[in-house]
Amino acid sequence: MGNRRAWHEALVTTLPVLFGYLPLGAAFGILAIEVGVPVWGALLMSLVIYAGAGQFLAVALLGAGAGLAEVAVATLMLNSRHLFYGLSLLKRFDGAGWRKPYLIFALTDETYSLLTSQATLPRQDHDQALRISLLNQAWWVLGSLAGAVAGASLTFDSRGIEFALTALFLVLTLEQARRLRRGLPFVIALVSGLAALFLLPERHLLLGAIGAACLLLLAHYRWCTPPRESRP
Amino acid sequence: MTSVSLLIFIAVCALATFATRLVPFIALARQTDHPLTLHLGRYLPPAVMAILVIYALREFRPLAEGQLNAGADGWPMIVASLVVVTLHLWRRHALLSIVGGTAAYMTMVQLGWTP
Repeated sequence: MGNRRAWHEALVTTLPVLFGYLPLGAAFGILAIEVGVPVWGALLMSLVIYAGAGQFLAVALLGAGAGLAEVAVATLMLNSRHLFYGLSLLKRFDGAGWRKPYLIFALTDETYSLLTSQATLPRQDHDQALRISLLNQAWWVLGSLAGAVAGASLTFDSRGIEFALTALFLVLTLEQARRLRRGLPFVIALVSGLAALFLLPERHLLLGAIGAACLLLLAHYRWCTPPRESRP
Repeated sequence: MTSVSLLIFIAVCALATFATRLVPFIALARQTDHPLTLHLGRYLPPAVMAILVIYALREFRPLAEGQLNAGADGWPMIVASLVVVTLHLWRRHALLSIVGGTAAYMTMVQLGWTP
């Protein structure tokens, strides 16, 4: 783990996430303090929950005085898209040993995106996966701490910086397309993404789209691939 | 709210979140090499990535409700995305594409530019 070069590489890989997580984390910190969560509470949430939208929801539920059962159900619902992330990482995390629990814990949208992008990572380099995961969470924790401590007195005009995450997803999509050279997943994404956009309310959009994409891939596997796949 | 009840609250959120990430690894621990697992491992990430792009750009709906109706950040979002894609196809340098597109977006949003 103490390889400076590898850390440097991981740092560069996670820079776009830094640009996104610092302001979003700060927004979470500010919101948490406004609702009446102490600084240590906001910090603890970013350390042990570590889910962007999930933490915003948690703070909103705290503010509304929701019951614990309601909180548990809402959190499960909101984060259930992660089920599908795990599905596609079974092989990738195989043999990660002691790193595996943390790799699974730290599986946010952004970390998933970086870890599944071949261009940035050799297939079974678990140490590097761990470095990337740790750095991403570090940016998130730093951002929330800054927001919780400095609060609304942050003066840097950073409006629009969160676009870095959109840009990251765009770049990773291009890289995936380049590597895969098959239209299938992109057609499926377009169909399920647009369908969800038109049919589902905002809060179920992402889960609906990813769930539908997964089902379409299952259907494709069931009916369109030969019994023994000859491709590597 | 007392410290103890806040701690319990945070613990519930943390466990629920971790559960959604952990379940597939527990439930399918023995299916690591099943062809279906490999199929999903191969095709799901690019699909998810493209969906995340669509999701991130969802505010842009120029023809919603039958009229030109892009949100305040809609057009800058599209222009900045085109900057990202163009830069990336041209130089294929991830950081350059991301920084370039984000800078373009921040400039447009902060100067209040819309077509």
